[in-house]
Amino acid sequence: MSDVNEKPAAVAMPAPGTTDATTTAPAVAGGAGLSARQVQIRSVVQAIGMLPVLIVLAIAFHYLGEGRFLTAQNLSIVAQQAAINCVLGAGMTFVILTGGIDLSVGSILAASAMAALIASLIPGWGLLGVPAALLTGLFFGLINGSLVAFAGLPPFIVTLGSLTAVRGLARLMGSDTTIFNPDLSFAAIGNATIPITPTFGIPLLAIIAIVVIVVSWFVLRRTVLGVWIYAVGGNPAAARLSGIKVWRILLFVYCVSGLLAGLGGVMSAARLYAANGLQLGQSYELDAIAAVILGGTSFVGGIGSIWGTLIGALIIAVLSNGLTLLGVSDIWQFIVKGLVIIGAVALDRVRLQGNART
Amino acid sequence: MADERTPRLEMRGISKTFPGVKALNNVQLKAWGGEVLALMGENGAGKSTLMKILSGAYQADPGGQLLIDGKPVAITDPIAAKQQGIAIIYQELALAPNLTVAENIYLGTEPARGGRIDRKAMREGCRPVLERLGAPFGPDTVVGGLSIAEQQLVEITRALHAKSKLLVLDEPTTALSSRETDRLFGLVRQLRADGIALIYISHRMAEVYELADRVSVLRDGGYVGTLTRDELSAESLVKMMVGRDLSSFYTKTEKPQDSRGPVIMEVQGITDGGRRVKPCSLQLHQGEVLGIAGLVGSGRTELARLIYGADPKTGGKVALNGSVLTVHGPEDALAAGIAYLTEDRKGLGLFLDLPCGTNINLGVIERDAKRGGVLDLPAGRRRAADAFKALRVRAASPAVTVGSLSGGNQQKVLLSRWLETGPKVLILDEPTRGVDIGAKSEIYRIIDELSQRGIGIIVISSELPEIIGTCDRVLVMREGVIAGEVGGPGGAPITQENIMAYGAGAAAQAA
Repeated sequence: MSDVNEKPAAVAMPAPGTTDATTTAPAVAGGAGLSARQVQIRSVVQAIGMLPVLIVLAIAFHYLGEGRFLTAQNLSIVAQQAAINCVLGAGMTFVILTGGIDLSVGSILAASAMAALIASLIPGWGLLGVPAALLTGLFFGLINGSLVAFAGLPPFIVTLGSLTAVRGLARLMGSDTTIFNPDLSFAAIGNATIPITPTFGIPLLAIIAIVVIVVSWFVLRRTVLGVWIYAVGGNPAAARLSGIKVWRILLFVYCVSGLLAGLGGVMSAARLYAANGLQLGQSYELDAIAAVILGGTSFVGGIGSIWGTLIGALIIAVLSNGLTLLGVSDIWQFIVKGLVIIGAVALDRVRLQGNART
Repeated sequence: MADERTPRLEMRGISKTFPGVKALNNVQLKAWGGEVLALMGENGAGKSTLMKILSGAYQADPGGQLLIDGKPVAITDPIAAKQQGIAIIYQELALAPNLTVAENIYLGTEPARGGRIDRKAMREGCRPVLERLGAPFGPDTVVGGLSIAEQQLVEITRALHAKSKLLVLDEPTTALSSRETDRLFGLVRQLRADGIALIYISHRMAEVYELADRVSVLRDGGYVGTLTRDELSAESLVKMMVGRDLSSFYTKTEKPQDSRGPVIMEVQGITDGGRRVKPCSLQLHQGEVLGIAGLVGSGRTELARLIYGADPKTGGKVALNGSVLTVHGPEDALAAGIAYLTEDRKGLGLFLDLPCGTNINLGVIERDAKRGGVLDLPAGRRRAADAFKALRVRAASPAVTVGSLSGGNQQKVLLSRWLETGPKVLILDEPTRGVDIGAKSEIYRIIDELSQRGIGIIVISSELPEIIGTCDRVLVMREGVIAGEVGGPGGAPITQENIMAYGAGAAAQAA
C-alpha cells in the first residue's frame, strides 16, 4: 500500500494528454453531446409545455365571450372548478410517473365523500368527517397499491376493478341514497374565499389545490422519494438493481392517489353539503388522466412534471367554463373538449420531436 | 483487389451536417460484389450516420455522390434504397415478433389473390431462400419464438428475397454465442461467394481479421483510409481508429506475487438450485482484479447476480471481511459494500431519461439526504461534477439526460454510480461492451486505479484479450461451475490457451 500515492499518478499521466485529444471530438461529431445552451432551451420548452395553449384559450374565450371571461369573478369560478381535478391530477401524476394508472379515483372520491357526510352527522363530532374521508381514500389506495406492488397485478386491471367495486361500496354506504347535511361543520372548505380586495377573493378550494401541487412538487423534485419515483417509472429493473425497494414506491404512489382522492371527497362534500354514491365523481378519473397527459407526463412513466398537471387541469376547467359562457350546449362541450385534448397532445408531440432532433 | 471492376457501391465526398455539428466530412467508400468490406471506427466516428445515408434515413449534404454499379443514384428514402438492392441489418432487429417467418419476409409486399393474402404463394416463395441459407426453421414459424441468431437469419432471408445486392451488417454478433457467430460467418462467406457485396460493421478486431477482404476506417466523421487484407494488423488498425498507438491500451500494474492483500470477499457454495449456477466458491483479495471467463451462457452473469442478491439463491453464503452477509436483495449487498455493474447498460443499468447527475447520485442520495429525506442538491451537484472530472465523462453538463451520450460515456456514468457508493467489492459485468476504443482504454485505467486503492474487483468478460490485459487471476466457468483457475501466485500463466482449455472442457496443460 506504500506506493498508493505515486502509482496512480504515474499510470494516469500518459492517459490525459492522449485521450483528451482523441476522444473529445467524437462526442461532438456524433451529435451525442448537446451544448449547454441547447440543454437549457430544451428544459425551458419542456417546462412551459402547454402554457401557451392555456393562454390562447383564455384570450379566445375572452373575445368570443365579449369580455366576460377574464374577470376576477369568473376566474375565481374557474379556479374553483379546476381545484378538485387538480388534486386528483396530482395523485394521478405520482401514479403515472411510475408507469401505472389509477382509474379508481372517481369512485374513491365518492366513497370518501360518503364517509365524510356520514361522520359529519355524528352530533358534536362533525369535524370527524374530514379525517374519515382522508382515511377512506388512503385505505382504498393502500389496497390498490398492495395489489400492484405485492401481487404484481397490472395497475390498469386492479384499478379498473376498484373503480367498479368502490363505486358499489359508495352506494352501499348511503344505502343508495343521497346524504344531506345542511349544517356541515367543514362547509367552509368548499365555500369560503380568502379576501384579497373588498370585491375579490381566492376560493379556499383553489388554495388547497395549490398547496397540494406545491407539496407534490417538493416531494417529486426535492426528496429522495421523488427521485426514486422517477427512477422506478423510467426503468423498474434498473431501479431494483440500484437498491431501490420498488414495492415501497409503488405502494406509496397508490396511497398518495387514494389519499388525494379522499381529499377530493372532502372538497366535493363541503361544496355540495351532500354526497351521492351513484353520481358523485363519475368519470373524474378521466379528467384527472387528461390533465396529466395534457401536462406532458409520459404514459410509460419516468417523464413529467406536476406543473404540467396544474396547467392541464386549468385547460380543462377553462374549456368547460368558457364553452358554458359562450352558451355551447353540454353535448358539444364533450365533443370540443375531447378534440382539444387530442389536438393539444398531438401538437406537443410535434413540438418536442422537432426539438429532439436539433 | 478487383480494382478494375466497377464497384457495386461507391460513395464519393459524402458530408452530413446536423445543426451545429459536422457528422461526416467528405467520406468515401467503395464496396465490390463478392467481397466483405469491414467498416470500423470508434463510436461517434460516423459509421451509423454513413449507413443511415445509404439506407435513405438521412440525406447527405449536397455535393456528394452515390453510385450503384457505376451509375449515380439518389436515395431519397428507405424505399429507394430497397429498390437499389440495398439492405441493412441493424443491431436491433426490425421484425414483427407476433408474425410468422413468411409474413415477416413478405411484410409490405404480400402477394394477393382476389384481395386475399395468398399464403401458399408466400410460403412457397420464401422456401428456396430459407433452404439455400440452411435455416433450421420453416416459413410458418412464429418469429417471436426464434433465438436472436435465427431472427437475424430471417432478416438476411428477407434481404435476399428482396434481391438485395448489397448487404450491410451492423455489429451482427453482439448478441450471439460463439457457435452462432461461427454459423453467421459461414453464411457471410456463402453470400460473398454468391457475389453479394457485404459491408460488415464491427468493433471486434478478431471478426474483422476473420472475414474482411478490406477494411475502411472512419474517425471523427472523416475517412482515414482503407487497408487490404495483407496490410491488416492490430497496430495499424488501432492507430487509424484512435490516432495513437496501442501501447497504452491496457493498463495493468503488475503486483509482486507475495504482496497480495487479505481476502476481502469469500463466496461459499452459492447456487440457484442448479438451474444456471451449481454451487460455486471463490475468494477475492483486497486490491485484486479477478477475471471470470467462460462462454456466453456458462453462468458468469448469473453467478454475479446471485452474489449481488439480484436473484434469489437457494444455498451458499457470501462473507465480506470475514462476516457472513444476509442478502435479500441488491439493497443489502450495496449496503454491505458490494456493487454490480450490469452487462445490460440500457436495460438494467441506466435511467436514460434522467439527467447524468441523477444517474450518478442514485446510489447515495439516501445517504446524502438531509432530515426527512430531503435531497442535498449541492452535494449531488458536487458529486456529479467530481465524477465527470474523475472519469472524464464527455457531455455538456451533468444536467443532460444520460440517453443522449455515447456508449462509452454512458458506461462511465453508470460506473460512477457504483463508485460513489464507495464499494469494497466491485463486480464489473462486460465493462467495455458497446464502448469505443478510447473509452475502453480509460475504463482499463480506472479498473487499475481502483484495484490499487484496495477495492476487490471482479471482471466478467467475453473478450479474452480484455481478461488477460486487466486481471491478476482468472476463474473459468463452464456450464454453471467454476471449471478452473489460472494466474495468481503459483498458478498457470494467464494465456488464451489456458483459459480456453478450461472453458471448452479439456483439462488445462499443466504449467
